[in-house]
Amino acid sequence: MFGTIIKDIAVLAGISGILAILLVIAERFLNDYGDCRININGKRDITIKGGNNLLASLGEKEIFLPSACGGRGSCGTCKCKITEGGGPLLPTEKPFLSKAELEDSIRLACQVKVKTDVFIQIPESIFNIRKYTSTITEIIDYTYDIKGITFKLEDGEEIDFKAGQYVQLISEPYAKMKQRVSRAYSISSKPEDRNSIQLIIRLVPEGICTTWVHNYLKVGDRVNFTGPYGDFYLRDTNADIIFVAGGSGKAPIKSILEHLAVVGIERKMTYFFGARTLKDLYLTDEMKAFEKIFPDFRYEPVLSQPESGDGWQGKTGYVMPYFKDAIRDPKNTEAYLCGSPGMINAVCNALTDLGVAKEKIYYDSFG
Amino acid sequence: MDISAFLLFWAAIFTSNILLTNFLGMCSYLSVSKEVESSVGLGIAVTFVLVFTTALNWLVYHYILLPFNIEYLQYIVFIIVIAAFVQLLELLIERYTPALYYTLGIFLPLITVNCAIFGVSLFMIIRNYDFLQSIAFGAGSGLGWLLAILMLAGIRSKLKEKLIPIGLQGAGISLIITGIMALAFIGFSGVATIQ
Repeated sequence: MFGTIIKDIAVLAGISGILAILLVIAERFLNDYGDCRININGKRDITIKGGNNLLASLGEKEIFLPSACGGRGSCGTCKCKITEGGGPLLPTEKPFLSKAELEDSIRLACQVKVKTDVFIQIPESIFNIRKYTSTITEIIDYTYDIKGITFKLEDGEEIDFKAGQYVQLISEPYAKMKQRVSRAYSISSKPEDRNSIQLIIRLVPEGICTTWVHNYLKVGDRVNFTGPYGDFYLRDTNADIIFVAGGSGKAPIKSILEHLAVVGIERKMTYFFGARTLKDLYLTDEMKAFEKIFPDFRYEPVLSQPESGDGWQGKTGYVMPYFKDAIRDPKNTEAYLCGSPGMINAVCNALTDLGVAKEKIYYDSFG
Repeated sequence: MDISAFLLFWAAIFTSNILLTNFLGMCSYLSVSKEVESSVGLGIAVTFVLVFTTALNWLVYHYILLPFNIEYLQYIVFIIVIAAFVQLLELLIERYTPALYYTLGIFLPLITVNCAIFGVSLFMIIRNYDFLQSIAFGAGSGLGWLLAILMLAGIRSKLKEKLIPIGLQGAGISLIITGIMALAFIGFSGVATIQ
């Protein structure tokens, strides 16, 4: 009986072992594309080992394209123009590219495998994106599931960013999670604080990075991040402004308002913050304080499901019905939104129905 | 089983279509049948993998599992063989035929968990097919699966412009169409029986 079990296990292990060895050998020989050259903007050449995707290959050389999902092909932010050597367009890239982008040879760097020499074009601002090492100096519990964490840059380094931009936090292995992941979080502090940044991070159930942040990080820990990324920042016009945020979407708007408090602004601004119950509201006094700093600013928290014990006297329901009162001249109004894709979609529709031009609605979606 | 490989091949496409009579491989059939182009890619990939894994699993069963008297491990062994073959095939196609890789490449990993592939390997054992019959059955089943997904993709592309009740959109209407197609395929059932 015992001998039979051993024999059966040995045969099964033998079959699996032979197949595994075959695969390792195949991988070793078939996935070796030798050294490949990546030419950037016709000016700079880097040499990498072929076989990896373009996003990771550039990352190896400290050139960081934005990638909110960490290269899984689900966020569509690691776009770059490939003029030669990218191979045919993959079906996984198509949903993220507009017709104009397709015609302009824009590709998703995380989906393009480098097998030959590749010629790419990326904005010069990408070269400002760097990897930083920081130390956590403060952790504040804003709500039961939202924390504000301050990261002080090490070695006197400074970060140059626009209010509204984001960084990619790199998590360390913890508990059973053996791999590092990279996730995008908006900077909530003002750009004038160049030696540190604050991030506002909501705990996502079973989220790899947010679980690490909420349950494992403590003051004094060293943390790596790359950045700054993103084109979500305040446009320099005279238009009226509507800010709309939900949850940790408050982060970039807080950064913009704190920056405006330093540089000054005369524009009409209304900030709607949507939450479910009173316990989901945070930084309310700080946001209300801006009403005294700016000449024409209103902060409007709106609760969609206030509980009977909350004693909430403010606005209730969704934020959209309140836009009408806040918009003086739809044609001369800009909107800055940050939150879940569902919220952004609903707010975009409500604003365009009221006459706000689509191209004047800027958003940072968590999707 | 006393049936010619040629007849088995045609029967696997029409009278005993793996998808429309056994309803195997439904997940990728429903999710990838939105566009004709992707459906053809996946269908060809399934056919390709079916032919080779059926042959490999036949050899493994008859030359390893039977002599060692461990047929009861066929489920786990067949799955390991299919997964390894798909990985190897992906590497080979990517290296030597980049054009084919860009057509099939992203679909190949999906096939590892396509139960039609596993089902065909089990059927060939249950029905005592010889090596040639198994290959014919694998190829026919693959082409039958390709035919079914291509038909659904064609119908769904036409439905894009039609008004469908919200509750029936997506998987709902696809399952109804599949049911009607399966009924239509019953019309072939008198031609040949292989079960």
